[in-house]
Amino acid sequence: MSEIIKKFLYVNRKAPYGTIYAQESLEVVLIGAAFDQDVSVAFLDDGVFQLTKGQDTTAAGLKNFSPTFRALGDYEVTKLYVEQESLDERGLTLDDLQDIQYEDEDDDYAEKPSIIVVSRAEMADVMADQDVILSF
Amino acid sequence: MATLHTVNKSPFQNQTLISCLGHTKAGDAVLMFEDGVYGATKGTALSDAVAGLGADVKLYALGPDLAARGIDAGRLADGITLIDYDGFVDLVAENDRTQNWL
Repeated sequence: MSEIIKKFLYVNRKAPYGTIYAQESLEVVLIGAAFDQDVSVAFLDDGVFQLTKGQDTTAAGLKNFSPTFRALGDYEVTKLYVEQESLDERGLTLDDLQDIQYEDEDDDYAEKPSIIVVSRAEMADVMADQDVILSF
Repeated sequence: MATLHTVNKSPFQNQTLISCLGHTKAGDAVLMFEDGVYGATKGTALSDAVAGLGADVKLYALGPDLAARGIDAGRLADGITLIDYDGFVDLVAENDRTQNWL
């Protein structure tokens, strides 16, 4: 196997249930995680709605895929960048989002938060630091 | 280390172009194509916002998509460079990465 590791960023800008983008993104992130690349996931604009807690799709008859975000850490997807301005614009704070953690194997499996809140300017820096950007 | 950003939706339909321009770095390129070319025209409610947010990037519009929509070069805003498909390929090749703003 080649040992070339590239930085992949998956950019999420859509709310979760109105279109299929969010669910497809999560599928692709999980597939991509199998290839041992340096994976980050970005949530901005309506994409921040994907991470809200308390989603209950029972009555709507849809699949609730929001719990899957809490499993990403098991696939070594541990960097979820969330844009502060996008939260602010939508009346959300970090407390409105799921508590998503991962176990840091380099630190005695201590549980650490996966969500990293960044400013719009910092999000631009994250984007500019990637080898490959996939948008959803 | 520059990025080519592409936008293919009308800025009058959604916030994609504005969000894109809010996440660019100086020296990046932004290509408006398909319905995105409506963002490249002058005298619109968004012309000033595009010019302001896009001040430190290079703005391009795809000629064939302008022609298809009956937008002649005279209606392009100042600072927009008209390119064809070969120019599109050149932009992809010249930049380090491409970010497609859906």
